[in-house]
Amino acid sequence: MNRTSIAVLAASGLLASLPASAADADLNALRDEIRQIRESYEQRIAALEARLAQAENQAGAAERSAREATVAASQKPASEAAFNPGIYAILSGTYTRLSQDPRKYSIGGFVPAGDELGPPRRSFSVGESEIGLSANVDQLFRGQLTIALPPEGGGAEVEEAYIQTLGLGHGATLKAGRFLSGIGYLNGQHPHTWDFADAPLAYKAMLGGQLRNDGVQLKWLAPTDLMVELGAELASGGPFPSTDRNSNGVTVGTLSAHLGGDVGVSSNWRAGLSLLATSPRDRAYDDTNAAGADVTNAISGRSRTWVADFVWKWAPNGNPTERNLVLQSEYFYRHESGSLAYDVDGDNLAGDYASRQSGFYAQAVYQFMPRWRIGYRYDRLDSGTTSIGLVKNGLLSAADFPTLASYRPQRNSLMLDWSPTEFSRLRLQFARDQSRPDATDNQLWLQYIVSLGAHGAHRY
Amino acid sequence: MRFLILLLASLLALPAQAALNVFATVPEWGALAREIGGDKVDVFTATGGLQDPHHIQARPSLIARARNADLLVATGAELEIGWLPLLQRESGNPRIQTGQPGLFEAARQVAMKDVPTRLDRAEGDIHPGGNPHIQTDPRNILAVGAALTERMAQLAPADASAYRANWKAFSERWQAAIARWEKQAAPLRGVPVVVQHKAFPYLEDWLGLKEVAALEPKPGVEASVAYLGTLLGRVAGAAPKMVLVAAYQSPQAAEWFGREAKVPVVVVPFTVGGNERAKDLFGLFDDTIDRLVGALK
Repeated sequence: MNRTSIAVLAASGLLASLPASAADADLNALRDEIRQIRESYEQRIAALEARLAQAENQAGAAERSAREATVAASQKPASEAAFNPGIYAILSGTYTRLSQDPRKYSIGGFVPAGDELGPPRRSFSVGESEIGLSANVDQLFRGQLTIALPPEGGGAEVEEAYIQTLGLGHGATLKAGRFLSGIGYLNGQHPHTWDFADAPLAYKAMLGGQLRNDGVQLKWLAPTDLMVELGAELASGGPFPSTDRNSNGVTVGTLSAHLGGDVGVSSNWRAGLSLLATSPRDRAYDDTNAAGADVTNAISGRSRTWVADFVWKWAPNGNPTERNLVLQSEYFYRHESGSLAYDVDGDNLAGDYASRQSGFYAQAVYQFMPRWRIGYRYDRLDSGTTSIGLVKNGLLSAADFPTLASYRPQRNSLMLDWSPTEFSRLRLQFARDQSRPDATDNQLWLQYIVSLGAHGAHRY
Repeated sequence: MRFLILLLASLLALPAQAALNVFATVPEWGALAREIGGDKVDVFTATGGLQDPHHIQARPSLIARARNADLLVATGAELEIGWLPLLQRESGNPRIQTGQPGLFEAARQVAMKDVPTRLDRAEGDIHPGGNPHIQTDPRNILAVGAALTERMAQLAPADASAYRANWKAFSERWQAAIARWEKQAAPLRGVPVVVQHKAFPYLEDWLGLKEVAALEPKPGVEASVAYLGTLLGRVAGAAPKMVLVAAYQSPQAAEWFGREAKVPVVVVPFTVGGNERAKDLFGLFDDTIDRLVGALK
C-alpha cells in the first residue's frame, strides 16, 4: 500500500467518526443528487439511443433506395441505340384522274425545268416515300439526312444532307451540305407539308419544283423584335436553272431578306425578297423544229431569278386549333441572257438569247372547323417574248422553237383536306390546268399523306 | 438604303445588356419569372391564355424574340415539341440550346403523372415524359419557382439577391394562399368529375377530385356525338358533379355533355390570362377554386 491509500483510509475513518445526525442528512442529499444525475443521464442516453436507431433506419432506407436505383439503372441494358437520332418516315399515295396524258405534260413558253414536273401517272400511284434522320451531332452541330425513295425504283435520292451550327451566336447560323434553299416561302418546306398536292406552276417552271443547293448557307437574324432575317448561299451548280460547270468556283449564289411579325394577337405575317443568280453553260433541252425533227438546243449565259413572297396567317385569339386562315402568294421574275445553240448534235448554230419571264400564285386556305380545311389556288405564268438571235437574223424561223413560243399558262386548283391528327391527312383536289397551249387538263386527285416516328416541328 | 439605315439604327438602339431577357413559352412561367425577377427582368411570353400550347407555330415574332433571350423557360415534357425545337434552331442563339443553362424546363422540377407505359400514336396525343399540364397544382408552382430562382440567379449573379428576396416574399404569400385555397376547396374532396381533355391530373391530385371520365376518347382526339352518348350511359353510375374544360379549348363537347347529364360545365382559366380574373398566378387559383366550389352549389 502506498501513502495515498493510507491517507484515504485515514480520511474515511475521520468521516465515520463525524457526528451521526449531520452525516445522515448530508449523505441523503448526496444520494438524491446522484440519483437525479443518473436519471437525467439515463433519459438522455435513451433519447440518444432512439435517435441513433432512427438514423440507422433512415440510413438503411437510403441504402436500399440507392441499391434499387442502381438496379433500375443497370436494368436498362447498355446499348448503342440509346443515342439513335430521331427517325421519321413520310408515306403518301394518290389516286388521279387526268383528262390529258401526264407523260406529255409541258408548261408552254418555258424550257422544261426537270423531268418530273407533271402530275403523277393515272389511277393509283405511290408517292415518293421519304425517310429522315436528325439529331444533334455534338454541342456544336446538328445533322439532318432526308432520303427520298421514288416509287419507280431507280435508287434512293438524297434530298437533304446537311449539318447546321447550334452555337455561332449573334443570331448567325451556318449550314453546309445539301439543303433546301432559303429563297421564297414554299421552297424551304418539305412537299408533304404543302397545302396542295403539287407545287405551284411558278415553282415548276422557274425552279424545277424546288431548289436544292449543294453548298453553304449563312443566315443572320437581327437583334430586333421585328424579325429581320438575311441569308446568303453559295453553291455548286447542277439543278435548274444552273448547270454543272465542273469548275472550282461557285456557280449558284442566292441572297434573301425576310421580315415578319405579329399584328395584334390574331394575325402574323412574313414577307421577303430573294435573288437567285447563276450562269448556266450549255443547259440543254429537247424541242421539235419546223420540219418535225427532234433537236436538242442549249442555253448559256446568265440567269437572275427574283422571288417576292408574302404570307399572312389569321386565327381567332391566335389559337389555330379551331379555325384559321392562311393567305399566301409568291411572285417570280426571271431574266436570262446569253446565247442559244440550236441542234447541238447536228447543225449546231448559235445566236443571242434573252428572255424575261414571270409568274405568280396566290392561295387561300381556310380551316372552317377542327381538322377540316378548304383551299383555293390561282397560278399564272407569263413567258414573255423570247428574243432569239437565230430567228432575228433569219437563219431559222420561230417555228423551229415551239417550246419558246410565247404563252401564258394558268391553273385553278381547289382542295379539301381532312387531318384526323397532325400525323395524317386525306386530301381531295381538283385542278383545271392550262399549262399546255393546246389542251386543258382536268385533274382530280385523292391523296393520303402520313408521318411516322419522330415528331418533326413544322416551319412557319 | 433606308432599310439599311433603319437596321443600323435599331442595332444601335439596343439596350446595353440591362435586365435578364426571359422568353417564356406559356403564360404561367412568364408570370412566375416576373414575380421572381421584378423590375430586374424582361419577360416575353410566347402564348396567351386562350391559345393551345400544343399547337403554336414558330412564327417570325417568336423567332425574333428567341434570338435575344438569355433564358428560355418552357414546360418541357414535349408540350412544346411542335414548335420549340424549331425556335431554338432558327434563333441562332447558343444560350437557349438544349443542355445550356439558358434552357429551363419546368417539368423537370416536379413528379410527373400519367407517364405512359406504352408509347404508340394509336393512344392519341400522349407525352412520353408524362402529362405536361403541371401548373394546375400550386405546389408545383412552388417547386418550379424555387428552381427557377436559382437558375436566374446563376445567369444574372448581380441580381441574385434581389431574385432570392422576391422569391422568399412570393413563396411565403403563396404558401399562405395554398392553405387558404385548400380550406376553401375542402368540400371538393372526393367529388367525381368529368374532364374534356386529360389536362387536370395535378389539380385532381391536389384537391382530391375524382376523375371518372374524359370526353376525348384519346388525348387530343375529339369526341363524336355517338361516343359522347355511350360515355353518358357509362358514367351515369358514377354521378359526376361537373365537367371541367380549359379556357383555351372549344367547350362544345363539354356543353353537350353537361346539358345531357344535367351537370354544370366549369370553364377554368387553366393559365394566367385564361380569363379576366386570372391576371396573375394568385388570380388564376382564386378564380379556379371559386368556380369549382361554386359548381357544387
